Amino acid sequence: MAELQISAVEKVYPNGFKAIHGIDLEVADGEFIVLVGPSGCGKSTLLRMIAGLETVTGGTIRIGDRIVNELEPADRDIAMVFQNYALYPHMSVYQNMAYGLRNRGFPKDQIEQRVQKAAGILQLDGLLDRRPRQLSGGQRQRVAMGRAIVREPSAFLFDEPLSNLDAKLRVQMRVEIKQLQRRLGTTSVYVTHDQIEAMTMADRLVVMNAGVAEQIGTPIELYDRPSSVFVGGFIGSPAMNFLAGQVDTDGRHLLLGNGARLALPADGAPAEPNRLVTIGVRPEHLAPAEDGPLRFEVELVEHLGADTLLYGEASAATGGGNGDKGGLVTVRLSGHHALAMGTVLGLTAEPAQLHLFDAATGRRL
Amino acid sequence: MIKRVTFKHKWLPYALLAPQLLITLVFFIWPASQALYYSVLQQDAFGLRVDFVAFDNFAYLFSDPTYLESFEITIMFSVSVALMSLSFALILAVMADRVIKGATAYKTLLIWPYAVAPAIAGVLWYFLFNPAVGINAWILRAWFGYDWNHTLNGTDAMLLIVIAAAWKQISYNFLFFLAGLQAIPRSLIEAAAIDGASPLKRFWTIVFPLLSPTTFFLVVVNIVYAFFDTFGTIHATTRGGPYGATNTLVYKVFNDGFIGLDLGGSAAQSVVLMVIVITLTVVQFRYIERRVEY
Amino acid sequence: MVENRPWLTVFSHFVLILGIGVVALPLWVTVVASTHAGEDLLTSPIPMWFGDNMVDNYRQMLGSGMQHVSGQPLTLMMFNSLVMALSIAIGKIAISLIAAFAICYFQFPLRMTCFWMIFITLMLPVEVRILPTYEVIANVFTPLTKLLNLLGMEGTEIVLPGITIDLDLSMLDSYAGLTLPLIASATATFLFRQFFLTVPDELTEAARIDGAGPLKFFRDILLPLSRTNIAALFVILFIYGWNQYLWPLLVTTDPAYVTIVMGIQSMVNVADIEPQWNLVMTAATLAMLPPVAIVIGMQRLFVKGLVETEK
Repeated sequence: MAELQISAVEKVYPNGFKAIHGIDLEVADGEFIVLVGPSGCGKSTLLRMIAGLETVTGGTIRIGDRIVNELEPADRDIAMVFQNYALYPHMSVYQNMAYGLRNRGFPKDQIEQRVQKAAGILQLDGLLDRRPRQLSGGQRQRVAMGRAIVREPSAFLFDEPLSNLDAKLRVQMRVEIKQLQRRLGTTSVYVTHDQIEAMTMADRLVVMNAGVAEQIGTPIELYDRPSSVFVGGFIGSPAMNFLAGQVDTDGRHLLLGNGARLALPADGAPAEPNRLVTIGVRPEHLAPAEDGPLRFEVELVEHLGADTLLYGEASAATGGGNGDKGGLVTVRLSGHHALAMGTVLGLTAEPAQLHLFDAATGRRL
Repeated sequence: MIKRVTFKHKWLPYALLAPQLLITLVFFIWPASQALYYSVLQQDAFGLRVDFVAFDNFAYLFSDPTYLESFEITIMFSVSVALMSLSFALILAVMADRVIKGATAYKTLLIWPYAVAPAIAGVLWYFLFNPAVGINAWILRAWFGYDWNHTLNGTDAMLLIVIAAAWKQISYNFLFFLAGLQAIPRSLIEAAAIDGASPLKRFWTIVFPLLSPTTFFLVVVNIVYAFFDTFGTIHATTRGGPYGATNTLVYKVFNDGFIGLDLGGSAAQSVVLMVIVITLTVVQFRYIERRVEY
Repeated sequence: MVENRPWLTVFSHFVLILGIGVVALPLWVTVVASTHAGEDLLTSPIPMWFGDNMVDNYRQMLGSGMQHVSGQPLTLMMFNSLVMALSIAIGKIAISLIAAFAICYFQFPLRMTCFWMIFITLMLPVEVRILPTYEVIANVFTPLTKLLNLLGMEGTEIVLPGITIDLDLSMLDSYAGLTLPLIASATATFLFRQFFLTVPDELTEAARIDGAGPLKFFRDILLPLSRTNIAALFVILFIYGWNQYLWPLLVTTDPAYVTIVMGIQSMVNVADIEPQWNLVMTAATLAMLPPVAIVIGMQRLFVKGLVETEK
């Protein structure tokens, strides 16, 4: 068990490409941290730097009270679960789990005891003599987990461990991994590109974009107060709606590009008049209202059972503005709603549910 | 070229490469450079003096009628071996690709000649065509009235080594043709059949063109084989004779170097052979690179 | 089959059987001839069915050989062939494996130079460098002494404090001379390199995290994964080694080192008299037996090896 401290870590490849632009992150003992972001954002690179599989070109990585920058992966006291599991195909399940312990010179009886214990936890008891190719995807995943936990390391590192599983199994394994981590209380860093996986598993998550940590926080913090357009759009499904607009001259209203006028949160400080902004509003925060400021024409309806999703064009209820149609908007209503295509609704949003971002930088205001 | 994940070690990679590099240096690169070096030297008749003669050895070589004749013989030999072996193997592969019953048995019965040494292959056919007791020579005489004698008749001798060399190569060509045929998508053939093409027409318009990468590859391999791997076939049987009728380039370089002890001339011949191998290897690699794109 | 044309199927079988007949004819005649007494094979047409002299022929050839030619029993020649084939196959596999491992799994100065030096051996078969290679075998220190001479140092020995190394070591008429020059092979190195490139990188990373260094990784992970490739290559290289002809011809003059493939030519090329065909064919049968048995017995590995070495 240990804390993990990442300070000002950078990665520049020999060809000059800068993959990580100085990241700071403190992981508490036993915490489950998820690195999430689109492919190419540097999340796997950061994880591999923690593992020691990539060199660190700037900053320091500390596991427990040791700076590990120059240590071999084997000496960092970490265990890693790979996307394709990386099980040794010619070894049995038992040998796969025991290999790391054998290399560290553990006595036979202790290896036996640890492997049996891990097999018990992971329900692999009957499978110890099998080869990886004789196992199902979920079982292989468990063996990969088992290989990590027999080591009883300071930290687990997960590199998209569920992306090779089918949807149903993915949900099931997600729960299992989380429960296991709770039970063992081992500090974990988990990489995924799937924001639902990230939201459901993380104690805190790090949203990464182009080598930069956009925001670090608990899932709810990120959902409620995204620090940028990128985070707002990345977290939450269906994605947040974004509309272009401008602060009205009174500083208490927003003028959308399509001419609609929305009230700003009352408790917020008055915004600088005439500032160009991007307004974000989640689909579930748009509600039908006869006299709402937005006019919404339904183009497509998706019935999900618990929810109904409406897709369509939003424009100003009063007309006018600069004539912009406004853009595509998603609305999420709970329950069933039999709405025909072409139905026109009025929409409104609570001022408190509006997210304001600077139009140029995309940062939250 | 290299794995993304590599190990770091100061001396281990060199230690791992040392055996292969040492053998390569001592037995390949050094002798080859010596051949280059000798090829511009000339030794006098008593082996006492060595003079630098630049390209004289090469000039002499290419004005020497026996060398030019050997060149012709080698080309004729190689082309005949490749043609004979490839066409025989292609027919068998096409048939084997058609049949379902017994396909494995046919394959087994056709691949074993690969394992026979070129020299032994030569001896086998030498016996079959032996003018006194060979069964083939007897058939030719008794049924066709042809008096086969490879010890006196140059054409017979050439035919003998062509047959022996081609026979051994059939297995190899057969296996590659069969693999090539089986790689052609069934749906293409079926589409052609639905379009009303007869089996023969299908072969010439669909199968053969699609097989052309394999064919080209095999042509190169067969020519390399006929050039360089048939020394045993010739040495164990005709020994270049009669009257130089089967004196191929490789046989000649051996003969002039070891029997004739002509240092400079033999080295110059070696260099010419090297140029040929390098050309063929480059052609082959070019082709393989191209194939990767497919 | 695309459509049902029974006559075409019959024709296919007919052509195949005919082809096998042509291909197998030399084998048949050889084996049949090896079962006859010498006088049966003096007049044409020779018998096409087995005779009853088989045991005598094989006993004589295996036990004492053909007296008037070399007088070496075939058991000895076959033993030499076996030593040569095994040494070449095992030696090539061993040094190619570690060389390919170094080239694929390490980043080090001169890596590409080493790669090209190995690559170039593809272009230098024995046949094109006969004489100079022979010189090296006659004294393996030839390259070293010539280089020393070039640097102005005379003599054929290195004197170090305490020891003197005599730079004169002939490999003529030795197993080392028979096999060493044939052991370096770009083909095998390329095959292993090709295979190593397909081994997932994650396995290496997992092994590193599991505390395995390069040699442990090689022994515990890479080697077991290469088993089929090694076996397939072994089949091809065994045949290659067993069938060597020119090289043994050059470096062996001592009958004790004659291999069977090379030994047969002296039985055929006898001066002025007709060869003893029954005994020659006995020898030919014995010379073919091991490699043919391997090709047929290990057909699957053989085909795999053949296809992959040509990639």
